[in-house]
Amino acid sequence: MRLLNASGCLDALAAPEVARALDGFVTKTVTPLPREGNAPPRIAETAHGMLNAIGLANPGRERFLDDNLPRLRELGVPVWVSVGGFCAEDYAETCARLTGIEAIELNLSCPNVDEAADSAAEIVAACRAATALPLYAKLSAAHPDVAEVARAVAAAGATGLSLINTLRAVALDRNLRPALARGSGGYSGPALKPVALHAVRACADATALPIVGMGGIATGRDVLEFLACGATDVALGTVLFSDPGAPARVRAELAAACAEAGVASPDDAIGLAKSPETEAKVTA
Amino acid sequence: MNAVRRSCRVTGSERVGLYTLVRVERNGLEPGVPGQFFMLEAPGRLLPRPFSLCLAPPGELAFLVDAIGPGTEAIASLQAGDEIAVFGPLGNGYRLDVARPLLVGGGIGIAPLPYLAEQMGGEPRIVAGFRSAAHAEAASILPAHTEVVVDPTLVTSCHLEGWDVLACGPEPMLHAVAALCPTAQLAWEAPMACGYGACYGCVVEIDGALKRLCVEGPVLDAARVKAASDNLSQAMEAMA
Repeated sequence: MRLLNASGCLDALAAPEVARALDGFVTKTVTPLPREGNAPPRIAETAHGMLNAIGLANPGRERFLDDNLPRLRELGVPVWVSVGGFCAEDYAETCARLTGIEAIELNLSCPNVDEAADSAAEIVAACRAATALPLYAKLSAAHPDVAEVARAVAAAGATGLSLINTLRAVALDRNLRPALARGSGGYSGPALKPVALHAVRACADATALPIVGMGGIATGRDVLEFLACGATDVALGTVLFSDPGAPARVRAELAAACAEAGVASPDDAIGLAKSPETEAKVTA
Repeated sequence: MNAVRRSCRVTGSERVGLYTLVRVERNGLEPGVPGQFFMLEAPGRLLPRPFSLCLAPPGELAFLVDAIGPGTEAIASLQAGDEIAVFGPLGNGYRLDVARPLLVGGGIGIAPLPYLAEQMGGEPRIVAGFRSAAHAEAASILPAHTEVVVDPTLVTSCHLEGWDVLACGPEPMLHAVAALCPTAQLAWEAPMACGYGACYGCVVEIDGALKRLCVEGPVLDAARVKAASDNLSQAMEAMA
């Protein structure tokens, strides 16, 4: 089990010691052209989570490759680059130019920009043809059948899945106006955990791909639950905002959480909550 | 990042006019440069809240809190003996090497001035503006020589020109101060989830582009900021 950060929830260059506490650092999504992102206000707290509408703010592919990536490689942490775009060629061109990194995560599900017109499977297929690096498809649980999308990207050549992205949501201020300038944003935090657990479990049942599980993970117990639903790795997102020490804390909590759940190690928890049908298939 | 996050015991809480001064044990945290800020855990809430340091008594850090939302209310309700996570000091504070210092605060924006005045030494001139007489009671936390004005009298009528202004206050006040004193150092605010550059939530238009206030500021030279969000006060309230 590897502990990563969720894309967009950590700047490794601003906080290298937080990144070094992880087994891999996932960048903010890189798009072909620079993006300033959405106008503020971009964040809002809700009763059980938070909304963000950052809007894929990033320096763009050229500056990322020339400036950011060399400095990220020097941190001594495996680098995962989150790649975004507005058509399959956008994604594929960036993938083709990435070297010396651990893996690529394809952001197929940002709720804060207009979605790419091409399907997830088309994008994955184009990227598969452009790079030999591991390709993780980051999917949204907002799709009516996320397992169907998982099967499609698996067939298109994805190496793994990242589940889940934030969910599109709205919060209002005191005057009944949207709290975010963009209106809607991506919902994250503890409220997402049951939704994410379902998506992970459904996709683990549908494909044999390794899964990076994320969505409201804040404790060692949360990590075990994602593993039990079929995740093979996990990522911390919103919890990093309130607690930059979360990676070490969550790791420290794992031993006690394993003992409490009656499993010898985190890896022994993987798949415990998968559906009986899957277990039958695996046994057969 | 030199900031440290520790669990700190609350040593006391007292009313300062309409605001609340919350004191915590330092527990190894440095007070930092005046104008830097700390993220304080808001019990029962998902996200911490940013506060500039108000006072640095021996062994303690003290924060002035305006309880205007669920998070600031939770922090203002802390009692001696409670524990909260405190993370800081964060961001960039004021440059203290100025020739003719004038400290200007508006409302809860007086928060960093007591520690700033102490660190500057030599009794710098201080002007504090408030929207009502009730709010102006909080001036009791400032040195006795502070010039206090209450709306409709504005701090900008207090002859700021020709001084090296170090200011903190509501956005309209900062813009007005910047117009009078182009070399002023201004402490801005923005809704903030993390305080250390991770969330990209606190962007303000700095040097003509949206940049993170927690990384670039919160104290910025007046010329660097054109305009923050259209509805900053509502945004701050929504994240309070």
